[in-house]
Amino acid sequence: MSELPKARIATASLAGCFGCHMAILDIDERLIDLMKLVDVDRSPLTDKKRFTQRCDIGIIEGGCCNEENVHVLHDFRRNCDVLIALGQCAIMGGLPAMRNAIMHSDAPLRECLDEAYITGKYIRNTTHHVPNDPALPLLLDEVYPCSQVVEIDYQIPGCAPSGDIIFDTLAKLLTGKFRGFERDMIKFD
Amino acid sequence: MENGHKTGNGVAAPACEVAKVPEEEIAAICARYGCDKHRMLDILREVQDRYRCIAPSTMDRIAAGTGLTRIEVEGVASFYSFLSLVPKGRVTIRLCDDIVDRYSGLDAVTAVFEEVLGIRTGETSADGAFSLETTPCIGMCDQAPAAMVNDVVLTRLTPETARSAAEALKAGQSPEQLVSERFASLTPHERALHMVGNNIRHAGEVLLGPVPEDAGLSNAVSMTPAQIITTVEESGLRGCGGAGYTTGRKWRFAASERAEKHFVICNADEGEPGTFKDRVLLTERPHLLVEGMTIAARAVGAREGILYLRGEYVYLRELLEQVLEERRRRGLLGEAILGVKGFDFDIRLQLGAGAYICGEEGALISSCEGLPGEPKTRPPFPVNRGYLGYPTVVNNVETFCHAARILDRGAKWFHAMGTEGSHGTKLFSICGDCLNPGIYELPYGHTVRELLEMVGAEDAAAVQVGGPSGTMIARDSFHRKLTFDDLATGGAIIVFNGARNILEIVEYYMSFFVHESCGYCTPCRVGNVFLQKAISKFRKGLANPEDIDYLKELSGTIIETSRCGLGMTSPNPILSTLKNFPLVYSAVSKPSKDGIRDTFDIQSAIDGARKIAKRRSYIFDKDFTQ
Repeated sequence: MSELPKARIATASLAGCFGCHMAILDIDERLIDLMKLVDVDRSPLTDKKRFTQRCDIGIIEGGCCNEENVHVLHDFRRNCDVLIALGQCAIMGGLPAMRNAIMHSDAPLRECLDEAYITGKYIRNTTHHVPNDPALPLLLDEVYPCSQVVEIDYQIPGCAPSGDIIFDTLAKLLTGKFRGFERDMIKFD
Repeated sequence: MENGHKTGNGVAAPACEVAKVPEEEIAAICARYGCDKHRMLDILREVQDRYRCIAPSTMDRIAAGTGLTRIEVEGVASFYSFLSLVPKGRVTIRLCDDIVDRYSGLDAVTAVFEEVLGIRTGETSADGAFSLETTPCIGMCDQAPAAMVNDVVLTRLTPETARSAAEALKAGQSPEQLVSERFASLTPHERALHMVGNNIRHAGEVLLGPVPEDAGLSNAVSMTPAQIITTVEESGLRGCGGAGYTTGRKWRFAASERAEKHFVICNADEGEPGTFKDRVLLTERPHLLVEGMTIAARAVGAREGILYLRGEYVYLRELLEQVLEERRRRGLLGEAILGVKGFDFDIRLQLGAGAYICGEEGALISSCEGLPGEPKTRPPFPVNRGYLGYPTVVNNVETFCHAARILDRGAKWFHAMGTEGSHGTKLFSICGDCLNPGIYELPYGHTVRELLEMVGAEDAAAVQVGGPSGTMIARDSFHRKLTFDDLATGGAIIVFNGARNILEIVEYYMSFFVHESCGYCTPCRVGNVFLQKAISKFRKGLANPEDIDYLKELSGTIIETSRCGLGMTSPNPILSTLKNFPLVYSAVSKPSKDGIRDTFDIQSAIDGARKIAKRRSYIFDKDFTQ
């Protein structure tokens, strides 16, 4: 057991599918090694909803598709020294950003919601309304990659990134040895 | 590429008259060009001129007439900005939207046209009488603001002259009548000069001084092709279009290529904003140009040539056709030129249709072949396999003119002018914030400062050398020399005084490249858009210091990975100003607060959703109450 103070990390899933968080679990038994190096603060993995103290590393899955995503991301930026965008949605907007492709419309967001809830061919929505509970966060005009909303320090590519690349990158960052990715880790075909 | 055929909001496009065009008329147009698919641009231009648009049904007929598929025809028709898939007005007014025009009062002129014609820029009037649009530099920067009205050019517009022109057009006058009441009785040369002034401010020894008729050609006929090439090589002549490739070597490569046919093409697609030297040569030295092409044809063994004239210079078409016809009559073109048996050469005029990219050698050849103006993969180079796959020499207007003079006066005479590595004279087209904009023919080697004194621009703060794809320099570089080895230029020198906003200029030039990218390769098509967005961040004061690194990195990627010269030079406005005006960038960039990006505006991002949900944000609206 090392004498070094443990690093604190926090994670959040924004407009993602939770696949990247599943990939964190793909670290498998090395999680035990990792837990020797870190304490996990705010994260779905611990079910902590708020920061208990300042963190060394924040890991973000998913881009920003609604105001709550932006709020959480701001919160992470303010409370974490290093912010990592994990996976394609956080880096580029990913699959949710497909709705950004509705361009030649006067009301692209309206068009998107209508197709998703009312006019879409395979929709069975007996209310014929777009959900509008006051508790639902407002959607953004388009889906933004994290780097457009806050400064991002590192990006780990992949959809989802492999457990190996996540473990390797975190381990190296924590020991100050990160010098970029090995080629075989970011070669996807 | 944007097609510029949008009709404005709410203005109904007039029903396309083409629907009524009888099939036989389209067939007749195709037949006039031998039903040759390589003449597609001519066919489409004629259809456009006559019926104001190229309608879907017409495309089917053209495809049938030329043996192409409909999509191939549409590919060409949608590529060029002077061709339109929706009907244009009977009179189409294209205001030149160059930065120089903007600084010369374009806004006021635009406002007058919009007011009198009752349409906004980009719209076509409901009765189909007028279209009003903007177009990048039409080569009239020395007499800005300028506009094209159908095939006629109006220059030095003021709100007053714009008003009288617009009112006259509205009263039913033809565009030609705007130029002169006696337009019909003028010679083509007089017509050109009525529309556009030459503004020759300094005539040099080679091109704009006295030039004897066809002296070079008569020397050339007594020489062997090899001797001609050697003479041009020894003169040290380098291409005047911008790239500066050694002309003699280009000719030698083409001549040594064994092929059934060779071609000579003149690049008169002078599209680089701020360049208008070829316009003056085409107006004042057309015979010298054709003489130069004929000499090149003898040197490389070509029997056919093409003069590719940019669509914006359509007002010179008559003049050039007349010159070609006259030379055919005098035995200077056609079979057995100057009585020399076997020396056959003729030239056809190919008109462009508003695409900057066609100034690129490969794209120009594509355009001549009746294809969309997309660059070709190199190698093979045009001298090996160019037009229709045959060895082709493509040279600039000025280069051919020089070549003709070299054959007249000899290589030594030319070689002695200029500097080591940059021999002879060069035409500089100078415009912007100076007293005497126009054409200056000077030997290579003058400093920028000397040039600025000549044109009356002592208060110049920035000079764009070589147009947007060249270099922007500051006062501390005015001692630099205009040569290929120091500051290379295809001729464009644009002067800006201290009152001009450098970032505004850079943003304009980036928007120009975004508009003119042919869209074939991603680095250029997408990268330039990103660069433009990044520059607008700087202009809004939202940029961070690291955005400067982003600009450099992205520019590097675009330059390295683009397919042709457009992408390889399009980041230059940014790179050269970052280098020569670093304070402009650092003054408007600041580190972001807490790592939160100022460029992301949450209020505008949720505004649409607020309206759809009809409620306020519980996170970002401070006065939110349930």
